[in-house]
Amino acid sequence: MPNNPQLNKNGELQHLLTIEGLSAEMLRHILDTAEPFVSVAEREVKKVPLLRGKAIFNLFFEPSTRTRTTFEIAAKRLSADVINLNIGASSQSKGETLLDTVDNLAAMQADMFIVRHAQSGAAHLIASHVAPHIHVVNAGDGRHAHPTQGLLDMFTIRKFKKEFHNLRVAIVGDVMHSRVARSQIHALTTLGVPEVRVIAPKTLLPAGVEHLGVHVYNDMAKGLKDVDVVIMLRLQNERMRGAMLPSAQEYFKYYGLTADKLAHAKSDAIVMHPGPMNRGVEIDSSVADGKQSVILPQVTFGIAVRMAVMSILAGS
Amino acid sequence: MQLPDAEMLLQELAQQIRPHLTANSALVGIHTGGAWLAQRLHRQLGLEIPLGVLDITFYRDDFSKEGLHPVVKPSAIPFAVEGRDLILVDDVLYTGRTVRAAMNELFDYGRPGSIHLAVLVDRGGRELPISARYVGAALALVENQNIQLEQDGQGRLSLALSN
Repeated sequence: MPNNPQLNKNGELQHLLTIEGLSAEMLRHILDTAEPFVSVAEREVKKVPLLRGKAIFNLFFEPSTRTRTTFEIAAKRLSADVINLNIGASSQSKGETLLDTVDNLAAMQADMFIVRHAQSGAAHLIASHVAPHIHVVNAGDGRHAHPTQGLLDMFTIRKFKKEFHNLRVAIVGDVMHSRVARSQIHALTTLGVPEVRVIAPKTLLPAGVEHLGVHVYNDMAKGLKDVDVVIMLRLQNERMRGAMLPSAQEYFKYYGLTADKLAHAKSDAIVMHPGPMNRGVEIDSSVADGKQSVILPQVTFGIAVRMAVMSILAGS
Repeated sequence: MQLPDAEMLLQELAQQIRPHLTANSALVGIHTGGAWLAQRLHRQLGLEIPLGVLDITFYRDDFSKEGLHPVVKPSAIPFAVEGRDLILVDDVLYTGRTVRAAMNELFDYGRPGSIHLAVLVDRGGRELPISARYVGAALALVENQNIQLEQDGQGRLSLALSN
């Protein structure tokens, strides 16, 4: 794949911008590398010296708590220096362009940028602009992609279900506005999950979603039947323009994950959610806090997966 | 060049280590060859404290030149390192850089009482001030020659040369 902007001339990962176009081998390499980082977190000293002296800039043009914090923890556990920039509040409001901001930070000897932006393609733009020794990680761009979230979800699934080739996975909710769903679908199909379903009202499904290799359901009872993994998505009120739904209560009634609806899935099915959760909108508290929920392990694994991504990029 | 028999060197190493063992002694093997050796020594010496295993990839000093090793295994130290008398086990001692990395990693688990080094083969060529207390054999090899430990399906160990 010579034209993949994420790979260098040796086929190594130079930037992580999207899961789309990455090989199953590459995805498994990232997941395998994350494994030993999980045990680093169980030690007296939760740090390794791998990225000592590297400067990692968290460029968040959009608010985020979990993603930014776990990237920061991951970088610090690799002994890198982390600089957090809340861009919305400074340069951009003074009129500086995105690439001018990036050039200025590169002049401060940045080695890696972690980028979250409301505009799809922002991380690609930065990656195509920076010098070859600088690495870019997309931490979420518009509705496009959120590759580290997709990877940590795959890591979580593998931890609890061991294999991918025998799974039935349902992604439920606001697929239309979700960059997480896109990254998950690409990762699941690449890793060989034979049946990926999306369950949502028609108004929250993007046109042509079935071309991504998923089975589309509009009904929870049918869509959840015999699945091994249920991935809930957050209802993204802030990305919605106009009324796509009658009300949150109405949404919960038909698409909120309750114990009754979860009963259609396999009895050992796991429940995932990328956070932040809207309790009582897309998920009931009894399920979110229930024994099938792996929502908090997802957060913990997210640190190890981000450590793996940063080490692989920095070593390429 | 006639290489010594790894199984005999293993017995030699066990004999050297045995008189120094106390109830506070624990073995730690370095992936991959050192871990095989440590496993055999652990069984043979009848140590009660479980065996520790280190993958030193995250502590290597050539990361910025070589990048990340393609296969990283988790390190596992299933006992408290604090105050423990550790015997670090590796197959071949050469530049000493692996041992330095292993010691750095061990200190991130706690402060050991002592660390001694046991190696099957010392081939000289040190680039750091490190020496082994227990040595199976000292071999003189030319610079571009590599010696490595191999394990067959029955768990028998042998030494092999490669260029």
